[in-house]
Amino acid sequence: MPFFQWVNDALTWGTLFRMLLGGIIVLLFLLGVVAYMLYFERKIIGWMQLRIGPNRVGPLGLFQSIADVLKLLAKEDIVPAQADRPLFLIAPIIAFVPSFVVIAAIPWTASHPFTADISVALLYYLALSSITILGIMLGGWASNNKYSLLGGMRSAAQMISYEIPLGMSLLGVILMAGSLNIVDIVEAQRRFMWFIIPQFLGFCVFIVAATAELNRTPFDLPEAESELVAGYHTEYSGFRFAFYMLAEYLYVFAISCLGAALFFGGWSGPLLPGWLWFAIKVSAFIFFFFWLRATMPRIRVDQLMTFSWKVLLPLALVNIVLTSVIKYWVNAG
Amino acid sequence: MAEIRTEEMLMNVGPQHPSTHGVLRLVVKLDGETIVDVDPVVGYLHRGTEKLAEDLQYTQIIPYTDRMDYLAAMLNNYALVHAVEEAMELQIPERAEYLRVIVMELNRIASHLLFIGAYLLDLGAMSPFLYVFQDRERILQLFNEICGARITYNYMRIGGVKWDAPPGWIEKVQQFVPHMRESIKMLHDLITGNEIFLNRVKGIGAYDAETAIAYSLSGINLRCTGYKWDLRRNRPYSIYDRFDFEIPVGKNGDCFDRYILHLEEMEQSLRIVEQACGQIPEGPVMGKVPKILRPPAGEYYSGIEGARGELGVYFVSDGKDKPYRLKFRRPSFVNLQLLPSLLKGQNMANLIAILGAVDIVLGEVDC
Repeated sequence: MPFFQWVNDALTWGTLFRMLLGGIIVLLFLLGVVAYMLYFERKIIGWMQLRIGPNRVGPLGLFQSIADVLKLLAKEDIVPAQADRPLFLIAPIIAFVPSFVVIAAIPWTASHPFTADISVALLYYLALSSITILGIMLGGWASNNKYSLLGGMRSAAQMISYEIPLGMSLLGVILMAGSLNIVDIVEAQRRFMWFIIPQFLGFCVFIVAATAELNRTPFDLPEAESELVAGYHTEYSGFRFAFYMLAEYLYVFAISCLGAALFFGGWSGPLLPGWLWFAIKVSAFIFFFFWLRATMPRIRVDQLMTFSWKVLLPLALVNIVLTSVIKYWVNAG
Repeated sequence: MAEIRTEEMLMNVGPQHPSTHGVLRLVVKLDGETIVDVDPVVGYLHRGTEKLAEDLQYTQIIPYTDRMDYLAAMLNNYALVHAVEEAMELQIPERAEYLRVIVMELNRIASHLLFIGAYLLDLGAMSPFLYVFQDRERILQLFNEICGARITYNYMRIGGVKWDAPPGWIEKVQQFVPHMRESIKMLHDLITGNEIFLNRVKGIGAYDAETAIAYSLSGINLRCTGYKWDLRRNRPYSIYDRFDFEIPVGKNGDCFDRYILHLEEMEQSLRIVEQACGQIPEGPVMGKVPKILRPPAGEYYSGIEGARGELGVYFVSDGKDKPYRLKFRRPSFVNLQLLPSLLKGQNMANLIAILGAVDIVLGEVDC
């Protein structure tokens, strides 16, 4: 699609317009994805818990998320009197913007019209996604609330600790594909096989670290409702709260995309068109995260840290060494 | 290297907090996430039941007891009527005694079910809470049929029970028993083996039998230390000596033992219900009692095994139709006393695990 081949073009008013247009399309698309992810989550968890889930707004409750978003938009934007005002206002934006930006690196189909074809896409993903931690930490700090502070600090500690095993678990894939570009990695899987098989250990580390990175059950300590009320976003309301929620769900989507692309062959698959294959694989990942939420209790904060540093990281390192050694043998032999 | 200056943080957990099970307030002094000191503040739900009772005839007090431990109101009802019956040495019809035992044990199961659900919710697992509500709903339906209420039953009377079981009710209870056994098995499958859950409760909040007795703990909070003490066995009241059941005890006195004892007690309660349903005779459900109840002057105490421990009723009668003084020994209140010493040195996440396992009902704590 030449219309969106803007990456290599010179920056003129025309290309700028096309960039903006592309960006807005992706933004709207993602908002839709998040809205229906929320719906999906509530339905799935509802069914697992012998409930019906949303069923009032629209047919089958399909407009529930839209109603929720509208409600959040219409709400008063409360800033606590004792809060650090500028930081309080900007923190949700810092948390939210990177979550959209990382999606640019995800190849949705073989022709990927919306994808920035970055040669260091994985590095880009990891680097940008860690900016979100800053937003969460700032939000917790600026609220001037003790629960928020504890939640924000927990988040920071947790997300930084789990980012390392997450990055390490991807190294195995990178070694096998010989590239940091997600498109190349998917292509490598088409030639060889889905990396879930040779990289099974890496995948296990990836999925655990990803769950923790997303702050989802059983690693949802930052917003441990029963302990910290709502964690870092206790004081947030209205659209600022929605920003945090959006960021959280966008990361669920982004990590699912990453998992599908790196371990399950991305868009490749027989018969069905590529985008559909990709959607199926991503949905399976998303379903997995929701399933976990309905099943698991929450892990304790100190056990969480121990688990990251003493279990996941060594496993990821073992995986890297194994992959390197085997790759060397194969190449040599 | 220069010392980093640290400060202790004073945090108010409650009275509006999702995990204090009502309106308990804990003033927690935190060093990082470690608890240095805890000061529980109770009384937000105080309604002066004991004082009110002094102006009420004995029968009129019964609905007030419903509001104490609102998860096990049948047992509260019984604690009061039993105390008065003992004082007046009344004869209770057999059928009434059996009906009482059946509803009390069903209520114990309902209460324990809610403990399991709420405890797991505190630990971050949502689903068990909704699963246990299904079974609890069936019990509440049974209660609804026998006395027309789901929470505040006001079912027992001094000398018997208010209503006889409607036709087919006993059979419904009998059908419920195997269903409940299945549910308990499901709860075991879902929760008991979960590694995350075990890591959070094994060895947490442990104390020994000596401490438990020193703090006058009772019920599961005492039995989890391995001390076999259950008033249904040790000081049999009603017709509990006719049933064959066991008193499950723990070993380590930790949160896990308290959790597992709730499940095991539910099974024993089911056994009692099953036997009671098989033995229940026909007959009247209300004994011959005087129109106006005047226990002879004196002091009386009787304790029963409530869902949370020894539920005692102590009253002083001066021979009139109203008590001179009435005192409820509420197990939740007594069991709560151990909390501050258990929490010292723990982290915030354990606070919830330990508080939840003590299994308090604020209606009963504040009374």
